[in-house]
Amino acid sequence: MDIRVQNVRKEFTRYPALRDVSLDIRSGELIALLGPSGSGKTTLLRLIAGLETPTAGQIFFGDEDASAKTVQERNVGFVFQAYALFRNMTILENIAFGLKVRPRATRPPRGEIRRRALELLDLVQLSGLEKRYPQQLSGGQRQRVALARALAIEPRVLLLDEPFGALDAQVRKELRKWLREIHDRTGHTTVFVTHDQEEALELADRLVVMSQGAIEQVGTPDDVYDRPTNPFVFSFIGESSGLPVEIGNGELWVGGRAIGLPAGDATGDSARLFFRPHDVELVDEGAALAGVVAASRRVGGTRRVELEIGGGQERVEIDLPFDHPAGERTRIAFRPKRFRLFPAA
Amino acid sequence: MFERDDFVYDSRRPVLPADHGSPTSERAWVKWTLIGIALAFMLLVLVLPLVLVFVEAFSKGVDTYLQSFSDRNSQTAIVLTLVVAAIAVPLNLVFGIAAAWCVAKYEFWGKSFLVTLIDLPFSVSPVVSGMVYVLLFGAQSALGPILKSWDIQIIFAVPGIVLATVFVTFPFIARELIPLMQDQGTGDEEAALSLGATGWQTFWRVTLPNIKWGLLYGVLLCNARAMGEFGAVSVVSGHIRGKTTTMPLDIEILYNEYNFTAAFAVASLLAMLALVTLIIKTILEFRFGDELAGNRRH
Repeated sequence: MDIRVQNVRKEFTRYPALRDVSLDIRSGELIALLGPSGSGKTTLLRLIAGLETPTAGQIFFGDEDASAKTVQERNVGFVFQAYALFRNMTILENIAFGLKVRPRATRPPRGEIRRRALELLDLVQLSGLEKRYPQQLSGGQRQRVALARALAIEPRVLLLDEPFGALDAQVRKELRKWLREIHDRTGHTTVFVTHDQEEALELADRLVVMSQGAIEQVGTPDDVYDRPTNPFVFSFIGESSGLPVEIGNGELWVGGRAIGLPAGDATGDSARLFFRPHDVELVDEGAALAGVVAASRRVGGTRRVELEIGGGQERVEIDLPFDHPAGERTRIAFRPKRFRLFPAA
Repeated sequence: MFERDDFVYDSRRPVLPADHGSPTSERAWVKWTLIGIALAFMLLVLVLPLVLVFVEAFSKGVDTYLQSFSDRNSQTAIVLTLVVAAIAVPLNLVFGIAAAWCVAKYEFWGKSFLVTLIDLPFSVSPVVSGMVYVLLFGAQSALGPILKSWDIQIIFAVPGIVLATVFVTFPFIARELIPLMQDQGTGDEEAALSLGATGWQTFWRVTLPNIKWGLLYGVLLCNARAMGEFGAVSVVSGHIRGKTTTMPLDIEILYNEYNFTAAFAVASLLAMLALVTLIIKTILEFRFGDELAGNRRH
């Protein structure tokens, strides 16, 4: 099921949560809405589900305008951040709920409902726990029950709000892999919200990076990581360092010295240079960025060095292997291997 | 009203070894003096009067006690009390759930004002609540002639007593449910709706089971008050013996007639109601404390 979000705006009583957002989601795709808190990602997800109504704009499921439909009519599987399992029902009753509440005409017979619920319980690898109550399960197990419950109604799209937000790192990693498998097996169009970029980069076919109620960039994880279209995306996805540079003679300059990087087709007198801390090469001679080591600390297998450039006005970070001899030096000269220029703010 | 913490033993509270005394624990004689004072006070103010009600009721033997209930006026008073509670409690059950629902699950302008309004019957003297109804529906009121032309009597009749009782007992259920429902949020309801349940199904299958113990607790307190209400009912009832007297009013009349045994016999019924309410309340708190609302203020 394709989903098309068209010029959607959402205002809550005091502040705009989404400003004119448009987005195409392709059938069968696993897509992540990524952004800091308050970026409007959860609002967008809830608008798609029909749990909120847009102030303006439309949402299409395929060719059909879903904006006027209620959440029940949209037939979406929604997995809530806090799972929202029904505490007075067993796990099996939770999963069967969506089938049990159907009108008589479309409700499967009792035995069939049970069979399908058990099948889903098996899919989420919780067979044998059908008689337990939600309170008796761990966080990761509850998450899986919530997913099974959402899948039970054979939804047209699957929507997950911070699905792994409340779990510890180890369980998170496992469930991530497992969600990918379930998605590949069932082929649902899946949209999930996360503020964890690693999760988004690893799991999603495409990312939608959001900030302050607007979409900043849409693309594959590689696209978004390698070719960010603006400074926000560059600094939000992955590690980044940035500093202001001048442009002259087709080259970049810092503090009146060329740094050995071409300006490309950048125009104007000044710009902001962005690069990844791990994507640098140390140089001994020739034009380069040179800085005084201000701080240096080891993080696992790498050493993160903070450099003062241009007499301490600007600081950038670079990563070195933790046993690199340059880690002992007080001055380091380097050139970013890959970099991007954005207009100076 | 009692505070629940006075009765509930909290099993989660760590038991500290007595001899090592934590910084907040007192010396033994301080502890026992304080406990002694509290116990003596409770005995004097709470337990002793309650016991005396029964002593007085049975002072002339069981036969006299039972005979008090063969009085027709007392019988009608008991029936009227039950009828009033049977109307007022279900009404407040519906109002209470509705009020709690809209306060807890929706955002709207004037919400905090509504919450304050719900508390009004607690802060206003019951006599005043009764007077309001007399002003509203009495013979001298603007509505009086209209009601009279339709031959509807509210004041000095059962409808007035029910209205006054509903007014006075309104907060019990709503106040019990609001914090509980606010705490639970709308997540479960949203989940049910997203799974295709109708609003009605969501209410019966998800919302109601989530609040059932809190609701029962509220109903219990509401019922106890509905049966025991004196002030407001006294104003609107008109004290017509055998017609518009409820148990508390009947007790007052008997007492004023110096018929102490009969007065205390009827009073013992109300006292027993209080005891039963207290026992069920304690059981509920012990068993389902987590599912009841947090900080109780009444």
